[in-house]
Amino acid sequence: MSIEWYIVLSSLLFAVGAMGILIRRSPVVILLCLELMLNAGNLALVAFSRMVGNQQGQIFALVVMVVAACEVVVGLGLIVAIFRRKLPLDVDELRELRG
Amino acid sequence: MEAVLFFVAAIGALGGAIGVVAMRNPFYSVLALIVHLFSLAVLFLLLSSAFVAAAQVVVYAGAVMVLYVFVVAYVGGGEESAWEPIPGQQFIAPLLGIAIFIELAVAVLASSLLALGTDGPDVKAGFGDPAAIGHLLLERFLVPFEASSILLLLAAVGAIVLAGRQAVDGTPGAGSPGTPREREPGDPAPGVPTTGAPVR
Repeated sequence: MSIEWYIVLSSLLFAVGAMGILIRRSPVVILLCLELMLNAGNLALVAFSRMVGNQQGQIFALVVMVVAACEVVVGLGLIVAIFRRKLPLDVDELRELRG
Repeated sequence: MEAVLFFVAAIGALGGAIGVVAMRNPFYSVLALIVHLFSLAVLFLLLSSAFVAAAQVVVYAGAVMVLYVFVVAYVGGGEESAWEPIPGQQFIAPLLGIAIFIELAVAVLASSLLALGTDGPDVKAGFGDPAAIGHLLLERFLVPFEASSILLLLAAVGAIVLAGRQAVDGTPGAGSPGTPREREPGDPAPGVPTTGAPVR
């Protein structure tokens, strides 16, 4: 398969993830859609690294995985904190910071 | 054979992604994301990057997804309310998603990267295996490797601070299980003045 197919698939996955962030309002699902977008980026990185025959793109993908894991840990910690304070788990109702 | 494997994995990845967005119950969304991650691991293997595929399965589909399942089981998979603060959001959002895809597709199709239409150069047998990645990580990219380990440590400390604060300075009885769910925030509790504001 040519590299183009992987890149097109990656952009499709990124678009689906972005759409999910715009549509859904549960913070857990929004974090899941963020994962989708990060994984789409990872797929593009690995595909480009194969395209140039160089492994540095795979290192980049691994670092993105680490960052994604950190984001998940902090995000889920926030969700648990929101739940414990009995606030609604809905990003449209948690709008106190909006100007 | 490779084309068949690619299309099976691509359909799995795309179906998993759409499942994450479309499922009403967050628990099913997590399960759909696991399907998506395994399909992506197959795609990574097709791109001859064995170590990234293994890390994808072990780190993502293993550890991160277990964390998600625990949190979804803790907070419960509630239905989203039908209230829409932005009118027509459910119709505008897919259009914006399609616009992003069209933009990216134009960028791919119009790119001057000549190698984009090829399968990539022939690589040696050790391309992307754990030994090669380990050499790169521990020799050439040692500083980013250590920086990411510090980042992981900071994230772990931050999660403990965020999620564990109420157990330290919380109200009496906050530690016992079941107590937070006895009263809903809106209910007038007996003996408590009904200020209505939830405890911060």
